[in-house]
Amino acid sequence: MALLEIRNIVKRFGDFTAVDNVSLSIGAGEFFTLLGPSGCGKTTLLRMLAGFEMPDGGEILLDGKNVANVPPEKRPVHTVFQSYALFPHMSVADNIAFPLKMAKKDPAQIKTQVAELLEDVRLSQFGNRLPHELSGGQRQRVAIARALANRPRLLLLDEPLSALDAKLREQMQIELINLQKEVGITFVYVTHDQGEALALSHRIAVMNKGKVEQLDIPEKIYGFPKNRFVADFIGQCNLLEAKVVETGSERMKIEIDGVGIAETLPAAGVQAGTRGTLALRPEKIKISASLPADVADEVHFRGKVHDCLYLGDVTIYIVELENGLLVEAMLPNSASGQAKFFDDNDAVEIAWRFDAGHFLAE
Amino acid sequence: MFKKNLGKWLISWPPTVYLLIFFAVPALIMVGASLRFPGDYGGLLPLSHVDEATGRTIIDVTRDNWRDFFTLENYTRLGSDAVYLQLFVKSFGYAALTTLICLVMAYPLAWLIARSDQKIRDLLVLLVILPFWSNFLVRVYAWMIILGPNSAFTKAINLLLGLVGIAPQTFMFSPFAVIVCLVYVHLPFMVLPLYANLEKHDLSLLDAAQDLGANAWQRFWRVTWPLSLPGVYAGAALVFIPALGIFAVPDLLGGTDGIMIGNLIKQQFLESRDWPFGSVLSIVLTVSAIGLAGLAALIGRASTRGGDE
Repeated sequence: MALLEIRNIVKRFGDFTAVDNVSLSIGAGEFFTLLGPSGCGKTTLLRMLAGFEMPDGGEILLDGKNVANVPPEKRPVHTVFQSYALFPHMSVADNIAFPLKMAKKDPAQIKTQVAELLEDVRLSQFGNRLPHELSGGQRQRVAIARALANRPRLLLLDEPLSALDAKLREQMQIELINLQKEVGITFVYVTHDQGEALALSHRIAVMNKGKVEQLDIPEKIYGFPKNRFVADFIGQCNLLEAKVVETGSERMKIEIDGVGIAETLPAAGVQAGTRGTLALRPEKIKISASLPADVADEVHFRGKVHDCLYLGDVTIYIVELENGLLVEAMLPNSASGQAKFFDDNDAVEIAWRFDAGHFLAE
Repeated sequence: MFKKNLGKWLISWPPTVYLLIFFAVPALIMVGASLRFPGDYGGLLPLSHVDEATGRTIIDVTRDNWRDFFTLENYTRLGSDAVYLQLFVKSFGYAALTTLICLVMAYPLAWLIARSDQKIRDLLVLLVILPFWSNFLVRVYAWMIILGPNSAFTKAINLLLGLVGIAPQTFMFSPFAVIVCLVYVHLPFMVLPLYANLEKHDLSLLDAAQDLGANAWQRFWRVTWPLSLPGVYAGAALVFIPALGIFAVPDLLGGTDGIMIGNLIKQQFLESRDWPFGSVLSIVLTVSAIGLAGLAALIGRASTRGGDE
């Protein structure tokens, strides 16, 4: 049985439906991420799991019991807040001891437990400091230790890394993964940062407008976005308008608007004439001054470089095809001694394997 | 170095000079007065006289006779009669009680204002300070009427008391009347600093406390209350200190039972015409109030250092 089962949960604020009939189940020990743009309902859903919002409909089953109307202080669910919400008047140790005191644990036991937790998050030397005397990363670790102190059934993390700079964020991501493995507690993580979601999660639910658009493992979310929204939201993606010309069991033929015929993987439930989008990741597109035109399984077009974005490790080339359509291709700058392969207006050829992208029917 | 601080110096000298002239100098004059003898018709015994024939000022104090002009008698007099000490203790008690009642009444009010909608918050603050727009003495006189024997308030209270078999009461000219009016006069001074403090609280801390298992009382006692202490101290100081030295309210409402140290000081200057003893009372009042505040600060610091064990 799943640890957490959300059934047909609905939350409205006036006329606005923040969470619209969401159902999902999360297993014990899972690192689960709710990913979506701001206003997609992910934070509202998290607040319902914590108990700060009461759903207008549906059930939240934790260990099989409906907790939808149980107040936050009575749920075995703790939260790491976006702002950390550390008590500024309490020392680090007192912050971590807070949930243990609330649970009326024995003072001697609290003391040893706090010492252990401080060690777990590598803050043993900082027990007597006040939160404002810590760095951002240290505060973050205190917030996590405090939320884990009572060993909740579920740990909720509300964009916990958004206040940190990029370098520290990456380091904290690794720490989070290790910590979660170590404690074995189920994490439900909310973020709008797709890179973070892909790096951390066992499974991701991509949310938009209060609904779950796709729920899958990171590789599937990235590699096989189910619809235009997911393809566009996760990573960079070329979305080329197309229509099906001929279906098949191994591959099918589509016509990309204004460009020409291309082969792609068959999509379910389509027939000749079905309109849709070809989703194609920039890193799957080959780009070169000249490419052999008739390689088997490859789709091949000519164009010229319209723009390029040098990003250090890679360069993004925006290629204008002969009819004006813009396609993004990504090339690693890994060749030694070479920083950039093409300049603006260079004539180039692009190609991709038929199974590089996939067709999303409308 | 001087140039760098010139701006600071320029903006800080007007208040500094102002306080020096109108606080420090009078305080020193009072210390001087407390060491002298009263004059025959009030004021102080002069240290010099003008020679009528020459028009010259002649200083009367000499190395030999200075004891006829300066004395510590005014201070020893304070200890000679227990009634002075009692009056001090009583005044501190009234001021403390006023502060406590103001705190208990103002805290929920300040909290409600701080948590109310931004749109009506300013209006509520305005309502709190509205009484300042009418004259202080008028407001005290109003209480004379409200607490007087023929007021609707007194009659209604006595009617209720009659129902439970208690004899009718009079409220005027009593410590009760003094405290009621002191609370009324000083309540806004408690509400405003508390509001200013509570308004700044980060509400996510309450969410965090609740999330970590704290019930409503624990959330208040362990999070809101300790974080509001600076506001509590500020409000307590703003109420306690003026309440301690007040004389108008006990003058008008206190009768003989309700007088405070402020009345005695006023009496020394205006009625008994004993400026030196009035100065002594003032100085002792100021010094003991400062001492008490210092003690409170020490206790406060010690208790925060102890953590919330």
